[in-house]
Amino acid sequence: MKFTLSWLKDHLDTDADVGRIATALTALGLEVEDVTDRAKDLAPYVVARVVEAFPHPNADKLRVCMVDLGQGEPPISVVCGAPNVRTGMTSVYAPAGTYIPGKDLTLAVREVRGVVSNGMLCSAMELGLSDDHEGIIDLAADAPVGAAYAAWAGLGDPLIEIALTPDRADCAGVRGIARDLAAAGLGRLKPLAKAEPVAGTFPNPVPVHLDFPPEAAGACPLFLGRLIRGVRNGPSPKWMQDRLTAIGLRPISALVDVTNFLTMDVARPLHVFDADGIRGGALTVRLARAGETLEALNGKTYALDPAVTVIADAHGVESLGGIMGGARSGCTEATVNVYVEAALFDTVRTAQTGRRLGVESDARYRFERGLDPDFVAAGMDYATRLILEMCGGEASEMFVAGTPPDWRRTYTLRTDRVRTLGGVDVPAADQVRILRDLGFHVTEGEPMTVVPPSWRADVHGEADLVEEVMRVVGFDAIPATPLPRTSAMTRPALDARQRRTASVRRAVAARGMEEAVTWSFMAGPLAARFGQVHDGLRLLNPIASDLDVMRPSILPNLIQAAGRNADRGFPDAALFELGPQYRTPEPAGQQTMATGVRAGLAVQRHWSGAPRPVDVHDAKADALAALEAAGAPVGNLQVTTDAPDWYHPGRSGTLRLGPTVLARFGETHPEVLDLLGAKGPMVQFEVFLDAVPAPKKKAGTARPLLKLSALQPVVRDFAFVVDAATEADRVVRAVRGADKALVADVAVFDVYQGPGVGEGRTSLALSVTLQPTEKTLTEAEIDAVGQKIVAAVAKAVGGVLRG
Amino acid sequence: MDDLKAELLAAVAAATDLAALDEARIAALGKKGRLTDAMKALGALSPDERRARGQALNEVKDAVTTAVEARRATLARAALAARLEAERVDVTLPTRAERAGHLHPISQTVDEIVAIFADMGFALAEGPDVEDDFHNFTALNFPPGHPARDMHDTFYLPDRADGSRMLLRTHTSPVQVRSMLSLKPPIRVICPGRTFRSDYDMTHTPMFHQVEGLVIDETTTMAHLKGCLVEFCRTFFDVDDLPLRFRPSFFPFTEPSAEVDIGCSRKGGELKLGNHGDWLEILGCGMVHPNVLSACGIDPQKYQGFAFGMGIERIAMLKYGIPDLRTFFEADLRWLRHYGFLPLDMPSLARGLVG
Repeated sequence: MKFTLSWLKDHLDTDADVGRIATALTALGLEVEDVTDRAKDLAPYVVARVVEAFPHPNADKLRVCMVDLGQGEPPISVVCGAPNVRTGMTSVYAPAGTYIPGKDLTLAVREVRGVVSNGMLCSAMELGLSDDHEGIIDLAADAPVGAAYAAWAGLGDPLIEIALTPDRADCAGVRGIARDLAAAGLGRLKPLAKAEPVAGTFPNPVPVHLDFPPEAAGACPLFLGRLIRGVRNGPSPKWMQDRLTAIGLRPISALVDVTNFLTMDVARPLHVFDADGIRGGALTVRLARAGETLEALNGKTYALDPAVTVIADAHGVESLGGIMGGARSGCTEATVNVYVEAALFDTVRTAQTGRRLGVESDARYRFERGLDPDFVAAGMDYATRLILEMCGGEASEMFVAGTPPDWRRTYTLRTDRVRTLGGVDVPAADQVRILRDLGFHVTEGEPMTVVPPSWRADVHGEADLVEEVMRVVGFDAIPATPLPRTSAMTRPALDARQRRTASVRRAVAARGMEEAVTWSFMAGPLAARFGQVHDGLRLLNPIASDLDVMRPSILPNLIQAAGRNADRGFPDAALFELGPQYRTPEPAGQQTMATGVRAGLAVQRHWSGAPRPVDVHDAKADALAALEAAGAPVGNLQVTTDAPDWYHPGRSGTLRLGPTVLARFGETHPEVLDLLGAKGPMVQFEVFLDAVPAPKKKAGTARPLLKLSALQPVVRDFAFVVDAATEADRVVRAVRGADKALVADVAVFDVYQGPGVGEGRTSLALSVTLQPTEKTLTEAEIDAVGQKIVAAVAKAVGGVLRG
Repeated sequence: MDDLKAELLAAVAAATDLAALDEARIAALGKKGRLTDAMKALGALSPDERRARGQALNEVKDAVTTAVEARRATLARAALAARLEAERVDVTLPTRAERAGHLHPISQTVDEIVAIFADMGFALAEGPDVEDDFHNFTALNFPPGHPARDMHDTFYLPDRADGSRMLLRTHTSPVQVRSMLSLKPPIRVICPGRTFRSDYDMTHTPMFHQVEGLVIDETTTMAHLKGCLVEFCRTFFDVDDLPLRFRPSFFPFTEPSAEVDIGCSRKGGELKLGNHGDWLEILGCGMVHPNVLSACGIDPQKYQGFAFGMGIERIAMLKYGIPDLRTFFEADLRWLRHYGFLPLDMPSLARGLVG
């Protein structure tokens, strides 16, 4: 919402300057976005006369001008290159030291090819006023030499732009803003004399019918019409054109300008029909019929549907109610008889129509926020008076279709409520004064009884009344009171699951992985490669075609990110994300994941040893570290080789606790790398944090008692030859199970295939730690355990000791 | 005798390595050594001569033995020094690579926010990203068709079988709704999370993070809201005298509503937070609207409270001088390493919140 200071002063009797007004507007909740004070910005520029202009002695394209600044001093020399400069011309002069906005430079006295140039004669572009740089500003001969240019040119009216919140429909007009400022003590609201009733001199000849089915009865509760005959439609007067131009609207003709002016002045959009274009001598306000279209005033043609409120004549639609008029019946310079419409339209229907048809207009902006239901006739009279003043003619009586809606609502306000809700102590008498200044009807008492004014449809109860009082008092008056503590000591803010999630994030980062945050949505075709995408997770209005489904896995985003980093010259990415993936639209279908990828080299080329590319065991270690930080019993997990098909089938695994899948890890499937435009080697893991069992509620914080053996552990090495397909984990489990009391640890320290073990066989070398608890083991006892281990391995996997 | 002694000691002193020293020792003290031979010859002497000569020989023997041990220690030191010198390596070579990972600034910022609000008695609450119309709009007092819904640029998903309209939450306020529906007052929760709006330009991304706070009890006023946010902003930004300005605003779910600015300076194109006369908007807040309390099963006649919300990326950018919002989601390793945080850098009020 834009307006100028002088426009504001049409409604507000004030001597406050623009700075004070801007501060007050922001304090009232009418946030000032910008104040453009061109008089201030352009203060150094003065009107000057070129007494003489002659060719520069040393340059073909330059002229030396002797310039009179109107101060009674002798003319000064200015070198000028403009093609239009000439003797006797009146233009705009900037002295040395002036900042030139159009050129972003500050002027200095300088010598141009041997001639001193004092300042500059300026073009409109150099002043930042327009794009015109064809030559210097050419003023009328009677322009007062020596005067400040901006003030003389009428640019001295500061332009104020405020950001309007959607509740303040009343401040979509300058008058509403003036009313708020008056309540805040910045002046007095002037009466609006031009909105006094205008008596018609003849009956309205164009009747209006409201024709709505019961379910759309509220679409247009009130429609006023009036014919003004015998008008002469030409340009509107300069004062109105200046008002409109200043806020960026283009003057069109007096009749159209009046409607635009009222829209901005009192937030009362109207429509003017050329009455001679109304066919059948009557108007009907109704819902559009399927197949109807309208060419609107903006030149576009809209296909209408039966949810749109239209104004139609005998032959078809002439206007979209509350949004935009039609081109055919619009007013032109030739209009002699004008039919003025002032109506109320349903806010929701107007908003939905505007959104569906994609029409933005100043009328729609106001109608969808809600117009003052008690300012329909007054708006019509205001417009009528302006039209009669500007265009002459004769006004008919007002035709009324429908009834004004009942807008009166009564609320109570406890006198202490501003203090108990708002935290500010405002005396009751001040509360009453503020509300009355804002137009509320107040009956004093405990509680007070308050009726909001017709233009405040946004006020719906005591809390709103508290806000009205507070915003006029100013939010600066609210004291800052610390929130009382609920307990002497700070209690934990995180529950067990949140705490574990936080631990996982830091544990994985500590393993050298960089945490990324990537979009929750991704491209449907890519998502499909990572399991089925639920139909309920396809966006109806994606912002881009490659961000159209909720991600079923975080992996594709990370794989692509690793690819992008490699393209930039950083191939050894280690990226993880701790966040959601989406399997169904239900809350339970959102899974919290710790997902990561590693690409390129795990061990860099280095003088101390050989480089090593990432492999499946890096991803497995990451997954296990994440699970351990999440509190999963990592010692009890089983590894199975059934990871889904976005993993390398022979180099991947699933970590399970019983039947529950806790994680997957492995090499990225080469097809997936191709699909996502990334290069291997790359490994990946996905940890399902929600699947990790919740920690047991233990009694107290104590850990189990640590029993340390005084006896030295004994380490014995074994090498078993097994079938090459035998999984090492089965051998290790067999060894552990051979003597659960004595076998404390089993480590695999060599895996060998080749000469000496036979075709299709593998030698596994294990280091077994025996921990005696009662007495030192004898050689015989150690041998006995060794035999149990050999027997157990033979039984479990058919392995034999390597000879 | 003195000649013998001098000769033997000279031989010890002349030994340049342990082997030569051993030879000298054997030549003097071995079974066939000079001194041993001389000792053997004592038997042929008279008792007096024997005593005198024996004493002299013993003195020589002691002197040689001492000299041998001293020489042995010297040579051992020299041998060790030579070995260590031979073991010299180039310590200027680079170490084996140990790559440190980092936390994303969003995670660190959330942890900082939680640390501060935990101290004011708030608990962390979370909720789903895919929401229904009730939790995201209706319960929050957005009337159907209200222009405020337009301001949210909502992403929609297909309707559920029961007809409920599904969407991506446009703010974390649905978590407040879920908290009010599941908890009994007094309530203090802080709700960080992903949020989604269909907007993509220099200063907007279709996904971003918000943190909202909610306090519900019988006595909390807007003065407490101001006190709470003043404490938060000063602690978070680590500026003790950071001024806050409350301006009336509009949100459907709060009444009265305010936007909050913090003090700053933009002199010379550089943004600096503090009491410098200029203002920067950072958050929205207000007293929870009675309609919201009713929709969430809380009696608005008895209970009241405040809510606030702010963009996490925005305050992280302000605090850590990160210039471009869009870079948060690009997973560029150089950016993550530069703006990220070490995993051991865990925010707490005890250690301070500034890295």
